[in-house]
Amino acid sequence: MLGPFLETLIGGLLTGVLYSLVALGFVLIFKASGVFNFAQGAMVLFAALTIARLSGEIDGKEVHLANFVVAAAILGVAVAFIGWYAWREYVARGAGPGERRKLQMLAAAGALVGGIAAYSYGKGAWPIWLAIAATAAIMGLLAYAIERLVLRHLVNQEGIILFMATLGIAYFLDGFGQTLWGSDIYKINLGLPKDPLFLFEGVFPGGLLVDPGELVAAAIAAGLVVVLAIFFQKTRVGRALRAVADDHAAAQSVGIPLNTIWLIVWTVSGLVALAAGLIWGAKLGVQFSISLIALKALPVLILGGFTSVPGAIVGGLIIGAGEKLSEVFLAPILVKQFDLAGGGIENWFAYMLALVFLLFRPQGLFGERIIERV
Amino acid sequence: MTTRMRSFNEVLLSVENISLSFGGVKALTDISFDIAKGEIRAIIGPNGAGKSSMLNCINGFYHPQQGAITYKGVRRSQMKPHEAAEQGIARTFQNIALFRGMSTLDNIMTGRNLRMKTGLFWQALHIGPAQREEIENRKVVERIIDFLEIQHIRKAPVGQLPYGLQKRVELGRALAAEPELLLLDEPMAGMNIEEKQDMCRFILDVNDEFGTTICLIEHDMGVVMDISDRVVVLDYGRKIGDGVPDEVRSNEAVVAAYLGVSH
Amino acid sequence: MLYREAGQFKTTYVADQQIFPILQDRLFVLAVIVAAFLAVPMFASPYIYTEILIPFLILSMAAIGLNILVGYCGQVSLGTGGFMAVGAYAAYNLWLRVPELNNLIVVFLFGGVMAAAVGILFGIPSLRIKGFYLAVATLASQFFLDWLFARVKWLTNYTPSGSVAVGKLEVFGWHVDTPADRYLLILGLVVVATLVAKNLVRGHIGRSWMAIRDMDIAAEIIGFRPLRTKLTAFAVSSFFIGVAGAMWAFLRLGAWEPLAFDINRSFQILFMVIIGGLGSLIGSFLGAAFIVLMPILLNQLPGWFGVRMSTALLSHLEFMVFGAMIVFFLIVEPHGLARLWAVAKEKLRLWPFPH
Repeated sequence: MLGPFLETLIGGLLTGVLYSLVALGFVLIFKASGVFNFAQGAMVLFAALTIARLSGEIDGKEVHLANFVVAAAILGVAVAFIGWYAWREYVARGAGPGERRKLQMLAAAGALVGGIAAYSYGKGAWPIWLAIAATAAIMGLLAYAIERLVLRHLVNQEGIILFMATLGIAYFLDGFGQTLWGSDIYKINLGLPKDPLFLFEGVFPGGLLVDPGELVAAAIAAGLVVVLAIFFQKTRVGRALRAVADDHAAAQSVGIPLNTIWLIVWTVSGLVALAAGLIWGAKLGVQFSISLIALKALPVLILGGFTSVPGAIVGGLIIGAGEKLSEVFLAPILVKQFDLAGGGIENWFAYMLALVFLLFRPQGLFGERIIERV
Repeated sequence: MTTRMRSFNEVLLSVENISLSFGGVKALTDISFDIAKGEIRAIIGPNGAGKSSMLNCINGFYHPQQGAITYKGVRRSQMKPHEAAEQGIARTFQNIALFRGMSTLDNIMTGRNLRMKTGLFWQALHIGPAQREEIENRKVVERIIDFLEIQHIRKAPVGQLPYGLQKRVELGRALAAEPELLLLDEPMAGMNIEEKQDMCRFILDVNDEFGTTICLIEHDMGVVMDISDRVVVLDYGRKIGDGVPDEVRSNEAVVAAYLGVSH
Repeated sequence: MLYREAGQFKTTYVADQQIFPILQDRLFVLAVIVAAFLAVPMFASPYIYTEILIPFLILSMAAIGLNILVGYCGQVSLGTGGFMAVGAYAAYNLWLRVPELNNLIVVFLFGGVMAAAVGILFGIPSLRIKGFYLAVATLASQFFLDWLFARVKWLTNYTPSGSVAVGKLEVFGWHVDTPADRYLLILGLVVVATLVAKNLVRGHIGRSWMAIRDMDIAAEIIGFRPLRTKLTAFAVSSFFIGVAGAMWAFLRLGAWEPLAFDINRSFQILFMVIIGGLGSLIGSFLGAAFIVLMPILLNQLPGWFGVRMSTALLSHLEFMVFGAMIVFFLIVEPHGLARLWAVAKEKLRLWPFPH
């Protein structure tokens, strides 16, 4: 009994790390801008689709055309952007040293993207690292577009309006990704080991069955979580982020540029989405249902709190484990007892778990008690 | 400056040995005083002295860790805010707490909520008892609107009104409940002289005409000494003075607290 | 020139408290209702009934229900689809198991009452949790209810596929068969529901909701009981949504499976409420019209320009345009179509002498 239990628990915890990762994307944006970003799942799907199609395999066939079109598109956008920026900085106003450095970085980014495009035109399918790098650049551009086209125009609107706007972004991204890349099921090949691993053979008869691919994926995710936590707590940018989260107006008045901060958090969230999409896609294939894992990460948020990084991590593990354990051990009992047409309770069990928890501790796992004033 | 000398016998509310803390921070320490029926009682003190916390304890929003409050002869250690409202305690707030999405009329009508009892069914039809009830209460509210001289902003959304008028609407909402004890948290903060004079007149009129007992927090010493019958002074969560305005004015601890002499 | 309120003095509080205190408004609304009952059936085709008018009316009712909760009481809910499903399946089971009661009004009311009961149950957490925490918590109800209707065989009468169907619909002996019949029945119910909703929001119950929405602490201090007020809003809101769900299932779909009430339905209704205008009944209608008509237009558009597209591509493009329109709309008018409506009325009042 203990063996299967531990196996399920480990499987659940490994999935839980992924939930933590997605939840972290939510938390970053909510903390820094008070936006409840429903597009996080769509960003995960978009990133996964982009990587899968750039690295180019559909059932073994290499796809040249799509790569070429996209590479050209990226190149075009990048060049146009740099041109516009240079014009604005030099011709219209003249540039200071900081702006010159920005421009150099942009030129470098453009050159990189151009190089990638040229490489792709020659070679067809891209190696995975290149696909990831290009996707990272695209996620940055996406963050820029979202800040520029949407958020900037909705400053000081109520939370629900911003939430609706991210729902609109989610719809747009879902449609855009699939229009651009198609809507079949694609694979991402990270070259992860596939053979099952048996651990603790001495302790349990037959050992514990663990998928090494999941182990590696969880390790990557855990690494990212740690890096982000440090970024948030220790760096200067991280401190600025937390200041913005506390009070927009106060942060602005001490000279923290709100727009830049938003651009940074959305880019970081885009990168987090990329990591989640990569791992999830490598594990289960890239398809539309990926955008629904955002929904899986939501109970993590109410459990851990919308603004707590450690909450997202621990919450993810609890939800992942609880979900798997409930499906394996509780669902069969329910099915038998109530004559159900199948289990599938993992779809709501995590929510109920989080909800019941919340009734007893409304501030979440790591939240502080709020003193209300009148 | 004239001090009103009136005498009161019946105690409406008494506070006994109240202590309140948030985590390790002590907001109130061992405070006792009473409010007599029919009087105007002021609570004064420097910023952070615990004045608002005191009002919050009286109307059940904060629950003190120690001590008890006796109101109309019933002693209690805890109650919910809506229970306090049901027993005739109404209040206004330091930072205006009007319902910003509603009109002046509707805001004051909410003050009548405890007297409006028709259920969902009649409300859904809006005829018979529901309509009668609405009109009866509307008449009361219109009297208050007349009293406060805010007829012209009856249908205006309160969010767009100037500060002084918002304070007046908030007083109207509290009055609509026809309270026995009215708690006013800095009713004149941020007003100019004229607005302050108007507000003083309303407070005195309410006290005279309706016999409402009033407990108010105020910073403007001149106003406090003019209109209140007795004054409690708080500093750092402790009571340092209590008595008629003249006594308080000559109390050394009070003078020290206000002039910043080191203790 | 014609739209003037000058000279219309109110001498009683009854007159002052009318739904439409201005004479012209009263006449306009009356004309719209009469036209909807009498003129529309003279020219509408079955396509217009089933694809435009019926969805528009039913979803308007759901939007009114959700607006009561979100717009008037300030409690964000993402579980609308689930509550519609409760209404639909409760109505279905009553219709199926008590054949003597073959009267759609009774069946729909039962659906509404059951949805209200479930709404109260899932509204209880609203006492402890607020804002987006509550929104996420209401997702719990959505997923749980989705699961319940997909898995509990009794609720779907043990049909192997889990999809159920209704036939032979009657109201007091009137057979509701043709699209026109359905339209008239729905129209009647929606008019009554709108009147009820308006009465509730202008009375003391509506004021209690708005007080909680605007400042819950102050509301409690002046004597509103937060839990009771919120649960009333959940109950009334879910009742409307449940009746809308039952109508959607019986009169729009005829045969359905749980997927008809999934989370996308919840988002759809929420879009209607936000785009129409929070805390506005007329906004609920405008929002519903917008969300019902836009996909139809988007579908037709390529055809008008002679462009042919695969259905998959078309649906992806539709997603894109829909998302972009939502964002665009929120940026241009975050207070919704109801605000535009009010601005237009204001302009009309001054026309033709704006200065």
